[in-house]
Amino acid sequence: MKQWPALITGLLFGAGLALSGMTDTRKVLGFLDIAGNWDPDLLFVMGGAVLVTLGATPFILRWSSPLLAAAFSLPLERTIDRRLITGATLFGIGWGLWGYCPGPALTSIAYGSASTWVFISCMLGGMWLAGRLKVTVSRLDD
Amino acid sequence: MLDSLIDPIIGGVLIGIASMALLATLGRIAGISGIFWGLFAGPDRDWRGLFLVGLVAGGGLLHSLTGKPIPDAAEGPLWLAALAGLLVGVGTRMGSGCTSGHGVCGIGRLSVRSLAATATFMAAGVVTVFVTRHVIGVTP
Repeated sequence: MKQWPALITGLLFGAGLALSGMTDTRKVLGFLDIAGNWDPDLLFVMGGAVLVTLGATPFILRWSSPLLAAAFSLPLERTIDRRLITGATLFGIGWGLWGYCPGPALTSIAYGSASTWVFISCMLGGMWLAGRLKVTVSRLDD
Repeated sequence: MLDSLIDPIIGGVLIGIASMALLATLGRIAGISGIFWGLFAGPDRDWRGLFLVGLVAGGGLLHSLTGKPIPDAAEGPLWLAALAGLLVGVGTRMGSGCTSGHGVCGIGRLSVRSLAATATFMAAGVVTVFVTRHVIGVTP
């Protein structure tokens, strides 16, 4: 079972999200509400996480391969196109409407709220739909 | 003030360490939207499933071990949860990532593409909350 680190890293990631306050939709919406009673705490979640990744990523990517896999699987796409910006905009609107991005939504399954299942089911549907839209748009372009 | 920052900072560092441990061991980017979609679309379902089981269990364990209270359930009608989820799903797949993949891992790799995506979804989130709370005047 060479994939066991995925379970451990998932546990750490979920614990980090729950500890940080990212799974609390009120806190997330308070963070995004810069014109209201702004709650800056979640800036420090991003800050703490990015400090670690900025420091460790260059060091790890110097290795010829990861410890338990044949090669690194990294995104190859480099261009900033309309698709990226449109997608990020739609995602940001959804995030601001309810307060969940994908990680905290999935972690919150542990809290047993029905609305979380509604959110996640529709998120999955949206991901499927985005794939269908891509097929349609590329046909129109042809 | 400082007390309230301890949990966010330690939580953020844990998220960073988890992302780096996944990169160091399996060579994968800890982008949750991509891991989740890949569980259904494939390939490599094994590690994705294990990661997501860990994600949910890690959240539950954190509250039971530390005694940190579970957050109140989100307020708002179910149709809003459905609409928000749909937009998050379409947007993260179209934009190839979310807060974790672009925001935490991508910026860590100094990817300009991820930086652009992160700035865009943060701005869109801020504008959305501004419109719902201060223009329309509903508070979810």
